Amino acid sequence: MTICEICELKNNYGKNDKKSSLKVSENGLENKTSSKRLEVLKTYKIYIGGQFPRTESGRYYFPTNAAGKKLANVCLSSRKDFRDAVVKARGAVSGWSGRSAFNRSQILYRMAEMLEGRKAQFIEELILQDGTKAKAEKEVNLAIDRLIYYAGWCDKFQQLFSAVNPVATSHFNFSVPEPTGVVSIIAPQGDSLLGLVSVIAPVIAGGNTCIVLASETKPLCGVTFAEVLNSSDLPGGVVNILTGKPSELTSWFVDHMDVNATIYCEKDSETKKMIREKSATNLKRITFYDKINWTTEEGQSPYFIMDTQEIKTTWHPVENIAGAGGGY
Amino acid sequence: MAVTKKKTATKKSNTIKLKFDTSWTYAPAPESKSAATINKQYDLFINGEWQKPLSKKYFDTINPANEEKLSEVADANAADVDKAVKAATNAYEKSWKKMPAKERAKYIFRIARIMQEKARELAIIESLDGGKPIKESRDFDVPTAANHFFYYAGWADKLEYAFPNRTTEPLGVAAQIIPWNFPLLMAAWKIAPAIATGNTVVLKSAETTPLTALKLAEIIQEADLPPGVVNIITGAGATGAAMVNHPDVNKIAFTGSTDVGKIIQRAIASTDKKATLELGGKAANIIFEDAAIDQAVEGVINGIFFNQGHVCCAGSRLYVQESVAKEVIRKLKDRLESLIVGDPMDKNTDIGAINSKSQLDIINKYIGIGKKEGAEMYQSSCRLPSKGFFCRPTLFTNVAQSNRIAQEEIFGPVLAILTFRTEDEVIEKANNSPYGLSAGVWTDKGSKIFNMTKRMKAGVVWANTFNKFDPTSPFGGYKESGFGREGGLHGLLPYLNLKN
Repeated sequence: MTICEICELKNNYGKNDKKSSLKVSENGLENKTSSKRLEVLKTYKIYIGGQFPRTESGRYYFPTNAAGKKLANVCLSSRKDFRDAVVKARGAVSGWSGRSAFNRSQILYRMAEMLEGRKAQFIEELILQDGTKAKAEKEVNLAIDRLIYYAGWCDKFQQLFSAVNPVATSHFNFSVPEPTGVVSIIAPQGDSLLGLVSVIAPVIAGGNTCIVLASETKPLCGVTFAEVLNSSDLPGGVVNILTGKPSELTSWFVDHMDVNATIYCEKDSETKKMIREKSATNLKRITFYDKINWTTEEGQSPYFIMDTQEIKTTWHPVENIAGAGGGY
Repeated sequence: MAVTKKKTATKKSNTIKLKFDTSWTYAPAPESKSAATINKQYDLFINGEWQKPLSKKYFDTINPANEEKLSEVADANAADVDKAVKAATNAYEKSWKKMPAKERAKYIFRIARIMQEKARELAIIESLDGGKPIKESRDFDVPTAANHFFYYAGWADKLEYAFPNRTTEPLGVAAQIIPWNFPLLMAAWKIAPAIATGNTVVLKSAETTPLTALKLAEIIQEADLPPGVVNIITGAGATGAAMVNHPDVNKIAFTGSTDVGKIIQRAIASTDKKATLELGGKAANIIFEDAAIDQAVEGVINGIFFNQGHVCCAGSRLYVQESVAKEVIRKLKDRLESLIVGDPMDKNTDIGAINSKSQLDIINKYIGIGKKEGAEMYQSSCRLPSKGFFCRPTLFTNVAQSNRIAQEEIFGPVLAILTFRTEDEVIEKANNSPYGLSAGVWTDKGSKIFNMTKRMKAGVVWANTFNKFDPTSPFGGYKESGFGREGGLHGLLPYLNLKN
C-alpha cells in the first residue's frame, strides 16, 4: 500500500473519525487522547451459512460515495460463493420451514430488536453512503418497523390465504400455503438497507430460505445487517448475503437448478428477459418488484409473502352416515 | 412406565391392578417463592397509576393450598368503576384511537416481551394465588398468555386484511370480567385483542385470584402504555355488575358461569352494548373401540384433571364404546392412582389445590349427588394435605345420561363415564346438553373424526388430543356455552364495528 493510498483511506473515514471523537468527548474523556487513537476499520465480509467468510475468489471492489470517497474494500462474490450459499440455504429449508410460525415470528421480532440496538451504526453507514441524517434515520426506523410488521404476519397470513373448500363429495378438503424453498434475491440496488430488509422479510416470514445480493453501490448496510441476523437466533443458512455485481451474478442466481424462486427489483428489461428465459430451466417462480416504493406502505404486504408460497390442497374422506345429531 | 410393562407381561387377566405403594416415591421439588414479589396490599390500577379505592375497602386473597393470606386487594365500588371507565373513555378519545396502528402494535409487543421476561415470577404467583400446579402455570398459563399478546400485537396494523371490503372501527370502552381458573391467561385473552383493535379496557379479575392481573398491571406500567388504555380493578360480583351497567361501556366481555352470563345478557338488553360470553361447558369426550387406548386414556386424564378440572371446556363426560369400556375404565383407574395430588408449588404435582372453599363445597356436593343417583364412585387413594382445599381425583361409572353429574357442570376433578354402542347413539347423547363448548373424539379412523366434528354441536372439537389452546385458534361455544370467539382471526371481530 502506497503512502497515497493510506492518505486516501484516512480521508475516506474522516467522517467516522469526527463522529467517534465527538462521542468520546461527550463521555467526558480527554479529546486529545482520542484524536491520537487510530480507529479500527471494519472488514466487510459476506454471510454464508451463518458464517462470515471472504469471497472464495479473493476478489474485491471499492464502491465510492458521490464525493468520490471509498466506502470499503468489499468482497466481489463469485459464482462459487453463490453455489456455496445455495447449499447452505437448501440445508436450512427443512429446519426453518419446520419451525412453528410463532417461533419464526419471535425471531423476526428479535431481528427488529437487534436492528434497533445498532441503529447508530446503520445511520452512520447510510450517511457515508450519501444519505442525510434525517433520511438515514427514517430509513432505519422504517426497516425496523418493517421487520415488526412481518414478524406479525408469520402466524397470520396462513389464516388469510388458506381455505376449507366445500367440495361436493364427502371429503374434508383444505388448501394451505407452504414455502416454496430456496429463493435467490437481487436486492433493490438503489438503497442500502430498507430495500434489502423489505425483500428478505416476507421470504423468510413464510418459511423460505434465501441468498441475497446486496446493493452493489451501497453494500455496507447489507453486510452489517448480516451481523444483526447473526445475533437474532436466526439459524445459519436461512439468509445468506453476498456482495458484488448484479451484472456478473444475476444469471447464476436464476440459473441454479436448486433454487426455487428468484426476486429481481430493477427495471432493466434486458435482464428481466434473461431472467424469464433462464427461469424456465427448472420453472423457477420469478417475481419482479421493479415498481415499488419501499419507503411507503406499498412496500409491505402479505401478498409479498404469498409470492414465494405454494398452495397445497389435501383431501380427506368424511364418513357420511346420516343420522342423529343434526337436530340439536 | 417400566413397572407397567413388567406387570402386564405377567398379567393373569385384563384387569390386574398396579401397585403403586411399592414403587419409588418422588422427593419434594418445590419451586422457590423468593423469585416473586407480592405486595402486602394492592390498590386499583386506574389511569396508569395505583389509586386507593373510593370504597376504602380491601379484601384478602389467600393461598388455597395452605389457607394463608398472600395479600389484600381493593374492593372497587361503583364510584371506583366509574373512575376507571372515565379513564378508559378519556384514553380512548385522546390517545389510543388516534395512535397509528403500528405504534399501538409496538406497545403490545412490549407487554408480551416483559411478560416473557417475568415468566417465572408470574408462574409462581399464579400457583400461589390460584392453587394450580406450578408445572401448568409455568408451561401453559404464562407462556400462552404472553404469546396471546404477541399474536394480537401483530394484528393491530393489519385489520384491513382481516375483513375484506370493510373498514374497521373500534367499539370504545370494553368492560371485561374474568374467572379464577386461568387468571392471567384470561386477562390476556381479553386485553390483547381489545387493545390491538383500538379499544380501551377496564378489566376486573376474579375475587379469589387477583394477583397475576395486578402483576400484569405493573407490566403494563413498565411498558409505558398510555394511561387509561388498560385499567385493572379488583372486586367481587357487585363490582362486575357496576361495570356491566355503566352507561359509557360499549362492550362486555365475560368469561364465567352460564347463570351470570344470562344475567348480563338481560342487564344490557335495553342498551346497544355488544357482548362476548364464554360460559360453562360439559364436554363429551368420546372413545371409539378403534382408538389408541393408552393415548386416549392419557387424553381423558388430561381432559378432566388439567387444572383440577376447573376448566370450562373440561372433558367431564366420557363416552366409551362398550367393547373397550372395561379396559378403558381399568386403565383410567390405574392412571388416577398415579396422579400426584398436593402442593401446587411442587414441580412434580399433577393436581393442585381446589381454588376456594366454596368451590370445594360445590364439588363435594356433586360427588354426593352422584353417589345418591346410583353411580359408582372411584377415587384415588392418595393422601391429601391436612391444610388447604384439596379433592381426590374422582370418577363415576354406571352413570346415566339423565344423572345430574352427567348434565351439570361440576368444575372440579370429577369424571362421569357413560358407554355407547353406535356412532349415532353417541352423537345423540353427546349433543344432548344445553352446553356446547368443546368435545373430544378418539379414533384411529380419520374419516370418522371428520364425521364426528361435523355433527357435534361444540365450538371446539379435539380429535385424538384434548385441551389444546393456541393464540391463533378461535375458542368459544355453541348454545348455552356462550357466543363470540376468542383467539385467532375470529377473535378480532367481537371488538370491532365493520363499516362499508
